[in-house]
Amino acid sequence: MTALGKLFRTTAFKLSAAYLVIFAIFAAVLLGYIAFNTRRLIAEQVSGAVDAEIQGLAEQYQAGGVPRLVSVIDARTRLPGSSLYLLLAPRGVRLAGNVGRVGPDVMLSPGQRIIRYSHADDDNGEHEALVRVFELQGGFRLLVGRDLSESDRLRFVIRRAFGWSLSLVVVMALLGGWFVTRRVLGRIDSMTDTTRGIMEGNLAGRLAIAGTNDEFDRLAGNLNLMLDRVEELMAGLKQVSDNVAHDLKTPLTRLRNGAEEALRTAQSPDDYRGALEKIIEEADNLIRVFNALLMIARAEAGNAREGMAEFDVAEVARDVAELYEPVAEEAGVTLTVEVPDQVRLFGSRELVGQALANLVDNALKYAPVGKDAATQPAVSVQAMRRDDMVDLVVSDTGPGIPEADRARVLDRFVRLENSRSRPGFGLGLSLAAAVARLHGGALRLEDNGPGLRAVVSLPVRRGGG
Amino acid sequence: MPMKLLIVEDDKEAAAYLVKAFRETGHVADTAADGLDGYAMAREGAYDVLIIDRMLPKLDGLSLIHGLREQKVETPVLILSALGQVDDRVKGLRAGGDDYLAKPYAFSELLARVEVLARRRRAGPAEETLYRVGDLELDRLARRVTREGKPIDLQPREFRLLEYLMRHAGQVVTRTMLLENVWDYHFDPQTNVIDVHLSRLRGKIDKGFDRPLIHTVRGAGYMVRDGAR
Repeated sequence: MTALGKLFRTTAFKLSAAYLVIFAIFAAVLLGYIAFNTRRLIAEQVSGAVDAEIQGLAEQYQAGGVPRLVSVIDARTRLPGSSLYLLLAPRGVRLAGNVGRVGPDVMLSPGQRIIRYSHADDDNGEHEALVRVFELQGGFRLLVGRDLSESDRLRFVIRRAFGWSLSLVVVMALLGGWFVTRRVLGRIDSMTDTTRGIMEGNLAGRLAIAGTNDEFDRLAGNLNLMLDRVEELMAGLKQVSDNVAHDLKTPLTRLRNGAEEALRTAQSPDDYRGALEKIIEEADNLIRVFNALLMIARAEAGNAREGMAEFDVAEVARDVAELYEPVAEEAGVTLTVEVPDQVRLFGSRELVGQALANLVDNALKYAPVGKDAATQPAVSVQAMRRDDMVDLVVSDTGPGIPEADRARVLDRFVRLENSRSRPGFGLGLSLAAAVARLHGGALRLEDNGPGLRAVVSLPVRRGGG
Repeated sequence: MPMKLLIVEDDKEAAAYLVKAFRETGHVADTAADGLDGYAMAREGAYDVLIIDRMLPKLDGLSLIHGLREQKVETPVLILSALGQVDDRVKGLRAGGDDYLAKPYAFSELLARVEVLARRRRAGPAEETLYRVGDLELDRLARRVTREGKPIDLQPREFRLLEYLMRHAGQVVTRTMLLENVWDYHFDPQTNVIDVHLSRLRGKIDKGFDRPLIHTVRGAGYMVRDGAR
């Protein structure tokens, strides 16, 4: 593409061209209006002057007839800037006046018109004049008029002004266009360059902000925020895929190793059976991890809204507590439930149930950890209405989670060091958090002093989030 | 009692595996490889249960079920699907399916569910009010359980658990079937919560009696059965 072609294609060029046309039309209309009005004014003035002349001559004529008229015309024509006069005798003989030549028909028909004439004193060229012709008694004819070359001059001045203003408009438009191109397009071009760099892989690149807080700065600021979010998501995705790779490869390796070992060492059908059963168990674990990951992904993508309906979250809390009550008893943990009779909520009963089950399962797992024998490990499930929210609280008396780790444990597959030895996939809290977000709420982890207090806050009203 | 089943599944290997597995457990299974064949066969043949994959060539599983129900074919349908989420399940049951099982599944789970569906069809809709297995009796109306005539005190949930097991006496009932039917949840309870409930129920029903009635079926689930029979 040539440089000129590129220029024609720029927004700045199109804008300047549009402004140029608009200004030019504006200037033309304005000047045209002025010219039209000035001409009309001059014509009126000329016409008025001619009328006054005629008035004066008529008085002289009445007082002294043609001879008086002749002497008056002679006297007047000697004054500078005089009007135009021509007095002809019946045969067309010139009696007085300063008009040299006129068209042959001019004197024959009375009335007002614009004619071309030449002055009696100089023959160089014809001029325009507004004249009025009269027929006097006895076949004398009189022409009175005024030269219109003043109006010609005016027209010339206006035309010149028109030319000047047009060139000025063009120059201004070109200058403005150049300025806009330099300033606006320069910034857009730099944005384009930066974004291209980002697309080519420089994900850390950000748009420059001029600090003028104009539209460009706001646009650049928003784009930068978007890029931050994208980078965050990318990092999250990478983290997840790393974790998926790790946490799925580990059981897959175990599965494969188990099969290999059985092939190598198994002697009896019982050995084979045992190995196969272990393999099925590993496969089932993998399936559960996949299912949990899928559920999180769907909850985070907001795809699970279809299955939503109104349900009693208090009942779900009671059900989950009741479901885990024998598990708690077996583990020697006191499980208490404290929920109102009914709390209606719009959402997915299954997903909220799963989230609560995950939290209770976690709490039961950790409540007895690291306790001295004196205190009884305990887990409580509570539901509380708070304005438009309902808080589902699962608290335990276990070791809790250090404040620094609380945000991290909500990520997928994150398992703190002291939990590595316990069963689980590190997905329970992520799933609970995803379910909370799907419902327009949030999962908060707090200090239960001692222990962990997990709070799922969900908006009661429909359509939250 | 042997069942006659129709498996509508486009994956030949999966279909062959199922046919073989059902044959080994004493049942007969036909297969159809696409939705239209499946529809024709389901309308013609007298099957106890239809096992229908959700994604099928020519006619998808849900439309197939819908078509059958419109033609007043009321054979119980179990939907197999790679889509295992709650709302998929709801869609499947709404289309006229009687049960829904997400892939991948354990054959024991599928078998247990198919047997329950087949028996429900044979027994008809009328439900008994008194269940009896050996010397164990459960009166659904009086909400009373006795063994050897002596009353056994059960929590409401334990009662429902035993009720479900006894209604399907002689049949394998899986853990997920119990969670779905006794608690009405379909999520993954993470831990072996159902086993703990069962062992507690067992403590009340079988403890102190010579013959256990609640049996663990390895790799599958539970069964209430009078061992002597």
